[in-house]
Parts: sequence; C-alpha cells; structure tokens
Amino acid sequence: MLGSADYAIWLLAASCEACVVVCVFSTRSARRYLPIVFHMLGEFLATIGRFVIFRRYGYTSHEYFYFYYYSDALVVICLYFVLIGLFAQVFEEMKVSQYLRVAALLLLCGTAWITYSIVADSRGRLLTHFVVELSQNLYFVGVVLTYLLWGAVVKLQETRTRLVQLVLSLGVYFSAFAVTYALRNLYPGFSLWQYTPPLLGIALPAAWAYTFLKVPEGARLATAQVAAPGR
Amino acid sequence: MIAGLIFVLSVTALLQFFVSYCRSILSASRHVDLSQQTRDLTGITTPFVRGDEFGRLIQLVRLCPESGHDGHAMAAVRTYYSFLGLARTVCGWVSSRLSNWLESERGNCAYFAAVALDRRIAFSRDLLAQQMASHS
Repeated sequence: MLGSADYAIWLLAASCEACVVVCVFSTRSARRYLPIVFHMLGEFLATIGRFVIFRRYGYTSHEYFYFYYYSDALVVICLYFVLIGLFAQVFEEMKVSQYLRVAALLLLCGTAWITYSIVADSRGRLLTHFVVELSQNLYFVGVVLTYLLWGAVVKLQETRTRLVQLVLSLGVYFSAFAVTYALRNLYPGFSLWQYTPPLLGIALPAAWAYTFLKVPEGARLATAQVAAPGR
Repeated sequence: MIAGLIFVLSVTALLQFFVSYCRSILSASRHVDLSQQTRDLTGITTPFVRGDEFGRLIQLVRLCPESGHDGHAMAAVRTYYSFLGLARTVCGWVSSRLSNWLESERGNCAYFAAVALDRRIAFSRDLLAQQMASHS
C-alpha cells in the first residue's frame, strides 16, 4: 500500500517533467534540445501510465511490474539519445555528428547483445529478464559515456554553462542509478533502495528545469575551475 | 564481485559529478556583488565569507519569501555544504591543503547563500512596491 509521501513523489515527478518541456519551449531551445523534449515527454507519459496502472491493478500486480520495467527500458534508451545529442553539441565544431550516431547505435546494439548473452540461459520470461537487465546495463554505459563526455568538455574547454550543467546533472543521475542498482544486487533484502529511483526521477527534471530557467544560453563559465578542485 | 566493482566506480563518478555540478552552481554567484543593505544586515564586509556563516545566512534566507526559482540550487548547495562538513571531519586532517580547499568551498557556499539572500530581499522589496502601487 502506498502512502501520501509516495503520491506526493509521483505528482512532483510528473510536474517536474512537464515543467522541463515547458521551460525548453519557453526559452526557445526546443530545436537545440529536441532529444531532451522527447525524453521528458516519454518520462511524463510513463509516470502517468504507471499511476493509471497502479490505480487499476495495484502496486504488486504483474501488470504494474511489466509496465514499470518495459517503460523504464524505453525511457533509458531515450536518455541514451539525449546523451548522444549532448555529445554532438560538444563536438559540434568538428563535424563528426554522423560518426557519433553510428558509434552510438553500435554501442547500443553491443549492449543489447551482451545483455542477451547474459540472460539467454534463464528459463521462461526471457524478454522480461532481457528488458530489466538491459536498462541496468544502459545505466552503467550511461555513467561511462557521461564520464567520457565530461572529460571532453574539460579538455576542449567548453564554456557554455547550460551545456556543462546539463552534462553534470545527467552524470549525477546515471551514477546515482548505477550505485542504486549495485547496492540492490549487493543487499537485495534492504527496502530503502525502492525509494531511490523515484527521488532521482524528480532530481533530474528539477535540475534541468533549473538550468533552462536560470541559465541563459549565452552564459559562460570557466570549466577548469569547476572541474579541478583547489586549483 | 562485479556488483562491488560497479558500486565503487559509480560512487567515484557520482562524487566527481556532484562536486563539479555544485561548483558550477556556485561559480555563478562568485562574481556577484552584494548590495549595501545585505552587507549591513549580514555583517559581511569582505568578499570572502567564512564557511561557518552558512547556517546563519540560510536562516535569514528562509525568512524571506521565495522568488520561486532558486529552490533546486539551494537544496543542491545545502547538500554540498553538508558533504563538505563531513569530508572536513573525516579527512580534513590529511593535509593542510585539503583542509584549506574544503574551507574555501564552504566559504563559497556561504557566499552563495548571501547572494540568494540579496536576491530575495530585492524580490520582497519589488513585491512590496507592487502592493503599494496597487493600493494607491
């Protein structure tokens, strides 16, 4: 049974996701950040869908379980494309966006193939195991890719504050999810981990909404000062 | 074994991203000058604020009506400040350089709070002026 705090988290998550879409359009950044718009719309629809299915079938139902994990996998794939979009912006001047797209698709296919080889031996519900495992693996791939992207941002001395904050908040989100999944595997009986994904689901849209609202497209910062403590 | 390795790598990445994200938020306020009214109110006379002032400044910030857009940044900086306090207690004794860096970061957090207070005071003043204008 869910309490009022759970409902509040649900409502807050949906509001933050809708807020990001509104902020992107209100700051006339939709063309530049189209993958973010698609991702946030997907997150919003998934949040609403989960709530509807929860109301109809209950939290412990198979329907809710399947919808949660299948929608999560789709949303993570969308987030993966957000990350690739940010890569394309950082390497904009090098005109390598086509190569990036091909590399991203190859990496996605590679992750799917490795995931399949992990779950291929499981008996029954192969697709469900595949979907659950794929989203976990994509979170870890996301951490590694965001780390590489952050390295490129620092190396290329990228100064666009908005881009820097989008990359860093995505890094926090991916790595926090990877920590949660790792802890869930290490201590499966501990129930605290079930609250982390919904809270992170609020943190990322809140950070992005803040970035689009408060940081103008023209704002610049010295990335080296942000990245290297004590320098 | 693999879960443990993923845990260690992810925690390292999380800390690095989180610290850099908070520093990117703080960097915007570093170049903002405080108004005379805020300086008088807080007693801040130099551009450098001591880290210990953070709690007092946050209490003053809470007294002012929220302008609606700095809640997320404030929450992130408060978490960062708590993290810095913890780091200072746990490993501040390792080297004086690390200890000085932690203290300067705590000072940046306090300066961020002072800038937030400055903005909220300006917002409250605008609000009051609008109300006065609508009544007259």
